[in-house]
Amino acid sequence: MIGHLKNVLGATLVSAAAVLLATPAIAADGKLIVVTSYPPDTTTAFKAAFEKKYPGVKVEMLKKKTSAGIKYLQETSGNNTSDMFWASAPDAFEVLKGDDLLVKYKVKVTGIPEKVGSFPINDPEGYYKGFAASGYGIMWNTRYLKAKKLPVPKEWADLKKPVYFGHVGMSAPSRSGTTHLTVETVLQGEGWAKGWAEWKAIAGNFKTVTERSFGVPDGVNSGQFGIGVVIDFFGLSSKASGFPVDFVYPTVTTLVPANIAIVKNAPNQHNAEAFIEFLLSKEGQELLLNPKIRRLPVNPATYAKAPSDFPNPFKDSSIGSRVKFNLKLSKNRYNVVNSLFDVMITYRIDELRAATKAIQEAEAAMAGKSNAAAAKLIADARAAVNATPITEAEAGEEGYNKIFKKRRKKASVKVTGRQAEVEGKWDDMVKANYARAKELAEKAKSML
Amino acid sequence: MVGIAIAVILLAFLIFPVLKVIYVAFQDPDTGALTLVNFSDFFSASLFRESFYNSFYVASVSVVLATLFAVPLAYFTTRFNFSGSVLIQTLGIVPLIMPPFVGAVAMKLLFGTNGSVNLLLDEWFGINIPFMEGLNGVILVQSIHYFPFILINLSAALNNIDRAMEESAQNLGSRGMRLFRRIVFPLAMPGYLAGAALVFIKVFDDLGTPLLLDVNKMLAPQAYLRISSIGISDPMGYVISVILIAFSLFALWTSMLAMRGKDYSTLQKGGGGLAKRDLRPWEKVGCYAVVIFILLLVLSPHLGLLLLSFGTIWSYSVLPDAYTLAHYTQMLASSSQFITNTLLYAGLAALFDVVIGTAIAYIVWRTGLPGRKWLDYMATGALAVPGVVIGIGYLRTFNDVNLPFVDGPVASWWFVIVIALAIRRLPYALRACVAAIQQVSVMLEEAAENLGATTQRTVWRITVPLMTGGILAGFITSFATASVELSATIMLVARESDAPLAFGIYEFMQSASGRGAGAALGVIAVVIVTLATYFSHRIIERGKQRQAPGNVVREEA
Repeated sequence: MIGHLKNVLGATLVSAAAVLLATPAIAADGKLIVVTSYPPDTTTAFKAAFEKKYPGVKVEMLKKKTSAGIKYLQETSGNNTSDMFWASAPDAFEVLKGDDLLVKYKVKVTGIPEKVGSFPINDPEGYYKGFAASGYGIMWNTRYLKAKKLPVPKEWADLKKPVYFGHVGMSAPSRSGTTHLTVETVLQGEGWAKGWAEWKAIAGNFKTVTERSFGVPDGVNSGQFGIGVVIDFFGLSSKASGFPVDFVYPTVTTLVPANIAIVKNAPNQHNAEAFIEFLLSKEGQELLLNPKIRRLPVNPATYAKAPSDFPNPFKDSSIGSRVKFNLKLSKNRYNVVNSLFDVMITYRIDELRAATKAIQEAEAAMAGKSNAAAAKLIADARAAVNATPITEAEAGEEGYNKIFKKRRKKASVKVTGRQAEVEGKWDDMVKANYARAKELAEKAKSML
Repeated sequence: MVGIAIAVILLAFLIFPVLKVIYVAFQDPDTGALTLVNFSDFFSASLFRESFYNSFYVASVSVVLATLFAVPLAYFTTRFNFSGSVLIQTLGIVPLIMPPFVGAVAMKLLFGTNGSVNLLLDEWFGINIPFMEGLNGVILVQSIHYFPFILINLSAALNNIDRAMEESAQNLGSRGMRLFRRIVFPLAMPGYLAGAALVFIKVFDDLGTPLLLDVNKMLAPQAYLRISSIGISDPMGYVISVILIAFSLFALWTSMLAMRGKDYSTLQKGGGGLAKRDLRPWEKVGCYAVVIFILLLVLSPHLGLLLLSFGTIWSYSVLPDAYTLAHYTQMLASSSQFITNTLLYAGLAALFDVVIGTAIAYIVWRTGLPGRKWLDYMATGALAVPGVVIGIGYLRTFNDVNLPFVDGPVASWWFVIVIALAIRRLPYALRACVAAIQQVSVMLEEAAENLGATTQRTVWRITVPLMTGGILAGFITSFATASVELSATIMLVARESDAPLAFGIYEFMQSASGRGAGAALGVIAVVIVTLATYFSHRIIERGKQRQAPGNVVREEA
């Protein structure tokens, strides 16, 4: 039946194509097809420089956002036409590696250390290579802060302050691999319970959770919200484009490596290898210093050419080194963390905001007074907001994580519970907690 | 024969790829066995119930708002001597061409909490109106974006009404609102319902707008977020897709039910009766005021887009700081192939759509083929299939198919993008064609056959010419919307040189320096489609003049 269908289909296509001229076939050699999530500012610069060095090779940059790029490579793997995958989040490369869609490659360039900050630069198994790093920080719109008379935030903890209620924006970890790393870093640095409490205190001030990671700089640039949690090049390239914005690295920042890998069965494997070598070479690394690209090179020697205010993670120990990042832990609970963030914050942002507002108002009313009963109510309200549906041990447990694994398990593996079922239960609990927190805080306020 | 061919095309390019994807909805995530447990999870989760309610609420209110925009424009321009009718009709279609990303950015800059309007309101009156907050924003943008569906179909229907009916009513003393409410509107019902059903289904299923406004507690965004997130491919996304498809078909069925047992065809076709009426001066002023207000509102995203494309920096201010042409030079330097690709893809797709749409309309309404209604349902079902699902389905189905003259697998051939666009936009053309054929009296065809014409000749010389207006309306809607579609294309583009315009805008909108250039490319898209629309209208108008009463009399004499 299906075979028959395909014949019919082929016939339809042939007749259609007889009418319309097919695109002329391009010679197979001398090409390089790179699936990438990077913006044109980055891709065109590297494409031009690489083509200049290898005049015979024509580079095609195929822009897809990271998740779409993964899907694309997965779905086309049977008949692959892409040579490389070039994106930020190491988790994305882990997914591809897990699906056996990448090949190992040993880099010839020397002088690149093992780690940037506390983060390993390359995949220990050799499937993907880090070529740059980026730090997370805070960007803000200067006109916005001035008009609303808000102080400039400098530290993550500042974002929890009531003065920023409704002025902060961030992307969700399930939508952006780099955001995921930031969330995970705080969870590892502060510990599970305290880390989530930290995130909820910041999220209570959110104006919005954006669907794309670029939605954050976009919102700050246009003044939809004043402050954004962003990766450095978003903030700095916005500033370089002339927007009234500024960016700061808080004293504790996280580093996100940016990676590249060769796709399995790449049609132009040797060109792909040349591209990796070029990216890690002196010229390639120096391209990263361009203000519109703005990433931290992984070759320490390159920093000699950088402008004086350029952060150097190999020298400055405050960048990305405080937290000892545990990649294995992160990988194990990857989907659980994404899902928890969405259930507790993204999808219940209105409820969380309402509870946060009530608590902030009660605390403001409390200022300078002493009322043990009200203080207890406020503490209870905070506790209700901060409660997480599962403990760290559960989140890291293998059986529990299987519920969230992307591939369907073999019938022999017994898993109890379905993701939607589990999330539904979490959601019921979170919703009830936020409502209770609001009620408690309002009660406390009425007592003052 | 034609029916079977269409069924095969639909099966191959719609049903089969979609089934390949949504099959997951019925699988037990643990064992892979067939089950309905995923659906029970859906209905027991309060997040999904709220999403369902929100989607329903947004779709319903959007239809009401879209009707308020569309009815005055359609009625005034088709019934009265109103200078600028063609221009108004053309401008009224422009909102349909809302390029991805930039449209929403422009709307936020104008109507957002800190957009131009609210900054002014705050300065003058100290108030802030939440036009764009949460569901409000989705309703506003959607009704502006999709009201042309009602406008186009309603206008086509109004043009097709036998004006002798209105003339009789007027002779009997009916005028003004009563005439409209009791005679004109009911006669134009097929067109209105076709448009309203499209608006409802489209808003219910639409993904782009809620996502760009960061509203995710609706069904389509929930499905998309679940399908596209890395690592999460649990069945819930597909369950939601199935529910979207089912609900869309239900809405369509309801609109058909409303039409059942009513015959809206009229023997005499447009232009055959009464000439357009004149308005009294004060009425004219009122009508112009209404028309201008509506046009200003529905064109505001495009005004914003224009400002964005010429403005240097526009941030937390009423207007951009200064103006420049730099974005256009930046865009033109790299984007000419996007424009030609778009014209080719959208043009081909729209052509397929009207050919298949006319054929399906004819089969459903003029033949006794068993199961003919299913052709309609199948084609319309495409409306509810999220673009990502089509995209993934095509990759899954066609990636292992190789054709001798195509370089690489079929799935990475540009023609697949055309097919995806054609399938996704087929419902629009189909509704327009169905509305058109419903208004053609079968007696005209019977008369032709009595005079000895073969069925083929009758279709070719009588039915299709009488449907021209509707077919062109279908072509325009398909073309205009195909030229800015992104969700399926983004999965299917395999070479940058094959990418259409929407993809180019997407690329630009990934960086801070690309915002202006993306807007400039958006403006180009709007201009191209507007010109195409304008010329199609001119063709319709000329066709009508040829059928106008004066000429007929002269020919007869």
